[in-house]
Amino acid sequence: MWTTKTFLTKTKRGNVLKIVREHYLRDDLLCGSAACNVCPHKDDELVLDANPESICGLFDYNHYLVLDTNVVLHQIDVLEEDALKNVIILQTVLEEVKHQNTAIFQRLLEIIGNKKRNFYSFVNEHHKDTYVERKPGEKQNDRNDRAIRKAASWYASHLSIKNMAERFPQIVLLSDDENNRKLAQEEGIVACSVKDYIENVNGYAGLTDKLSKNVIPESCSKDALYPAHLTPTQIHAGIRNGKLHQGTFHASRDNFLEGNVTVTGYEKSILLQGHIGINRAIDGDIVAIEIFPQEEWRQPSDIVLEDKAEDPGDFLEEESQLLNTKKTVANDDICPTGKVVGIIRRKWRQYCGILMPSKFPGATRHLFTPAEKRIPRVRIETRQSDILASQRILVALDSWPRNSRYPLGHFVRSLGPIGDKNAENEVILLEHDVPHARFSEAVLACLPPDDWTIPEEEIKKRVDLRSICVCSVDPPGCTDIDDALHARRVGDRYEVGVHIADVTHFVRPHSALDREAAARATTVYLVDKRIDMVPDLLSSNLCSLRGGEERLAFSCVWEMDENANVLSTKFHKSVIKSRAAMTYEEAQIAIDTTSRNDEVATSLRTLNALAKKLKQRRLDNGALLLASPEIRFQVDSETHEPLEVQAKRILDTNSMVEEFMLLANVSVAERVAADYPQSALLRRHPAPPPANFHTFLKAARRQGFELDVSTNKSFSKSLNEAVIPERPFFNTLLRIMATRCMQQAVYFSSGSKTQEEYYHYGLACPIYTHFTSPIRRYADVVVHRLLAGALGADATHAALLDARAAQALCDNLNYRHRQAQLAGRASVALNTHILFKNREEIESAVVLAVKRNALQVLIPKYGLEGPLYLPSDKFLYNEEENIQICNDIILKTFDELTVRLTLDSTNLQHRKLVFQLVTPFIPGVSYEKEKADDDKMDVEIVEPKTNVKKRKEVSEPKKKKKSKK
Amino acid sequence: MPGPDLLSSQGLRLDGRRPNELRRIRCKLGVFTQPDGSAYLEQGNTKVLAAVYGPHQASKSKSSVEGVVVNCQYSMATFSTGERKNRPRGDRKSQEMSLHLRQALTAAIKTELYPRSQIDIYIEVLQADGGAYCASVNAATLALVDAGVPLRAYACACSASMAWRGAEPAPLLDVGHVEEAAGGVVLTVASLPSTGNIALLELSHRLHSDYFEIVLSRAMQGCRDIEIILDRAVREHLAEGWTKQDIVTI
Repeated sequence: MWTTKTFLTKTKRGNVLKIVREHYLRDDLLCGSAACNVCPHKDDELVLDANPESICGLFDYNHYLVLDTNVVLHQIDVLEEDALKNVIILQTVLEEVKHQNTAIFQRLLEIIGNKKRNFYSFVNEHHKDTYVERKPGEKQNDRNDRAIRKAASWYASHLSIKNMAERFPQIVLLSDDENNRKLAQEEGIVACSVKDYIENVNGYAGLTDKLSKNVIPESCSKDALYPAHLTPTQIHAGIRNGKLHQGTFHASRDNFLEGNVTVTGYEKSILLQGHIGINRAIDGDIVAIEIFPQEEWRQPSDIVLEDKAEDPGDFLEEESQLLNTKKTVANDDICPTGKVVGIIRRKWRQYCGILMPSKFPGATRHLFTPAEKRIPRVRIETRQSDILASQRILVALDSWPRNSRYPLGHFVRSLGPIGDKNAENEVILLEHDVPHARFSEAVLACLPPDDWTIPEEEIKKRVDLRSICVCSVDPPGCTDIDDALHARRVGDRYEVGVHIADVTHFVRPHSALDREAAARATTVYLVDKRIDMVPDLLSSNLCSLRGGEERLAFSCVWEMDENANVLSTKFHKSVIKSRAAMTYEEAQIAIDTTSRNDEVATSLRTLNALAKKLKQRRLDNGALLLASPEIRFQVDSETHEPLEVQAKRILDTNSMVEEFMLLANVSVAERVAADYPQSALLRRHPAPPPANFHTFLKAARRQGFELDVSTNKSFSKSLNEAVIPERPFFNTLLRIMATRCMQQAVYFSSGSKTQEEYYHYGLACPIYTHFTSPIRRYADVVVHRLLAGALGADATHAALLDARAAQALCDNLNYRHRQAQLAGRASVALNTHILFKNREEIESAVVLAVKRNALQVLIPKYGLEGPLYLPSDKFLYNEEENIQICNDIILKTFDELTVRLTLDSTNLQHRKLVFQLVTPFIPGVSYEKEKADDDKMDVEIVEPKTNVKKRKEVSEPKKKKKSKK
Repeated sequence: MPGPDLLSSQGLRLDGRRPNELRRIRCKLGVFTQPDGSAYLEQGNTKVLAAVYGPHQASKSKSSVEGVVVNCQYSMATFSTGERKNRPRGDRKSQEMSLHLRQALTAAIKTELYPRSQIDIYIEVLQADGGAYCASVNAATLALVDAGVPLRAYACACSASMAWRGAEPAPLLDVGHVEEAAGGVVLTVASLPSTGNIALLELSHRLHSDYFEIVLSRAMQGCRDIEIILDRAVREHLAEGWTKQDIVTI
């Protein structure tokens, strides 16, 4: 059945160690070709076509392609195009790629997994005829090349066996390694370089643009602009003897010739300046640096420096002019300074940006400006510059040779026209690393059929709550309803139930769907788009607790007394049938309409009454009521253009739902933490360090309020007391600013922290988790599984108990949540910009903070925030008092102003809102307009509009306040 | 969770085996003349020598009227692993191994036939590449056969571990050192396959009960496969032995 052979390898691991590994060679591995007459293929194992049509002008016969490792590593963008088909990926190549670059490896697997592409991975290393042993003294690379050639020639001869017809496919080896090609040709294998092959491909325009221009960076010593990097061995030796240091390079946002590296052993991060100092490092790279002697240390320049617009060609500017080189003596600002001497690991990704076409018509070399300011411009080659100039494009970096001022890259794909809604959204998603590709076939295969109904046996296993009057309350337009509630009187007590969509019934552990959801971690809400965590069928149909439909749920049912004290808690899986899916508004009306006495209305009234008691108790315990300026857009139903923006309204019913969700989360957290002391997924909110409050307290003191921030309870109390009756917005403003002082709440695994550290500062509860939104958060999915395992309600699986895996999961969840939040904000900013295009407004604003050269102002009406720049020649900044003074006008925090809002579109990639001062009037600074507008400038706070427009309000992200906590 | 890395996308393990395949087993009976029975067994790169003395009269302190006392001694050669290390006899690890061996072998031997006697079994691991316990049990069984000690059945040991191919659980049979080191759970089973009895069961880490059944059944399958191999080796050895003796008598 199998043949065996053992082989020896020698590896060095500190001291020389001889490692002996078995290596089995098999005779039952298939070639995967439909043209083969030898291998006992089953139908589904045939991957390669019998008659692969040639698309390349160089080869007029049928052929399969065998790729060398360097082709996969450098030209993955070409491979991802649909052009090349019938490709054999050898295991040797697969392993080398995996070893060198996991990201590319994943992309390669994705291609192999795509049935339409006919990529076959052949296990040549374990095939008895294609295995090659490493010769004594032979380099690993040379052996692998030999293995690739051997497999190629084996394929050629294998396919010719018993193939009478002359039409059987030939083999073409693609390699960028000249030496390998030469040797292949000597052995009678047809070999070709990728460049030659792709340039002769017919019918796929634009394929050549994706060719990577890979130059070995250190080879071009002629006309070198940059000093050479050290070799890995030199770097290793340098780090070991302490001459060099390793760290991650962070480019400065404001000055393209500056960056810093955080190094262990130095308190301050190391400053790097100038082209030579940075020496081709790109933001995020792990670099080796040399630190200069102390007398050469400098201070970071405080000027803003942007790369010039035109392509200056390959020379470096005189840096002394660009950089602030003057050396200040004995200054606190002086940083340890150094220079990059080598790159340990590139952390390049693909970058979004726009093309700056060359001034010469017909030129193919152009510059590309990334949207991220920290990334240098990239030189790319394309023939489609006319089309691409008006588009947002995605570019991958290839290399940065010594003789090139800019890194070299290649065009990957176009995202759409600049300013187009979809293209801009795509940019936001890509720049925030939000996985947003369509769900793969494997994921969709995990879904139940569209017309799935609850099978009878499933109902038998669950508690049947279909007869109970359950209803859901959500924001308008919400399609992923993951929670529903009920309350009823039982004797002198109340029975209250929270029913959460049973997502884990469909998302089974270890399935492709589960892995995809875990990777996405959360649904991302943009203003006009939602990027689902689970496919639409689940999120807005089978899992969504829609009104009048039978749905599976995970229920948490309490018994409560009159005062909302929990007497007992039950968890169970259930079947429910929601009576009504209401909006907050509708629920509020149902409660307020005293004439309504139906089941739903009574249930809601009970819930509302209990929620108020719960809330009071929570606040008494020291929970903070924080505020953040959340805004909502009214979006045109046709064009998806934002029409109007206003601050969010909070109704009683919002807080009603929130209270019960909090209670459910706390109940579940207690249960899972007790059952899984090592691996429960919980959420904590650390208390903010006192230093965070410093400026906030100072500002409040000037308004006459002494806030006590020692505990959350005292803080909450003093916030409640800080009210100015004639300024109703003042308290909200305080709370908004208090929110800024807080730390982020994070997920963690119960084993990684001590019991005291579980505390949730904002909610003032000793333990907390997320249970109530499994459709849009993966954390809740995990908690559902944990709870189901604890109850024996569902099959458990081993990963639930793995503390290490749980922590890794938490790290990913935290990262994705942060990115999702940032993406959401970026989307709001984008829509604000679209809204203020060709429009100006004069609005009242409040000063949130005073900076050296600007005021941070908030416009309560829109919840917009931004800097109002003050010219330094007119204003005097008082650091002590934190105020800006201009003659007799003093601007300080909490001041009310009127400002004018316009959009500055001079920089297409970084459009921003411009705030200009209107009142108090300062000549030469304030914006002046014709006198007619004077009476408009009232300093009264405009309350958020309450009239709901008839326009359809699409896509209000269902983001409850609790998700912020 | 042991990563999906243990199985490639083509369903092959790191060394090229499929999940349900044993390593190559080669064995020989009667490798020494001094002991009453001896055997040498290779399971992949794990190589083990076993020698059996007895049954002989037990020392007074150990003697039992119930049946024969099985005395095992397990030791590893200094050169058995990649890093050379002096391994004192009777350290905790080898003591534990000795006890486990004794448990499995006592189950196989018809102990009641020899009251007040003792059988000494010496195991020396020459090269360790994972699954040393399994190889030791299998080698000791052969040595006992060679010594002519009556057995209830062959005692065979085999290990199994857990891996996933995509979402499908695929338990791995006969775990090698590389796979052990990857951090997965290893279930070791010593059983008498022809009777279906389990003599010893050991788990290296916690394994979720959902997977226990499939891992155990895979390990049991391995024991049955090993029994066939051992049986064939015994038969070949006996056939060989007869012809040799014939030559001597002629």
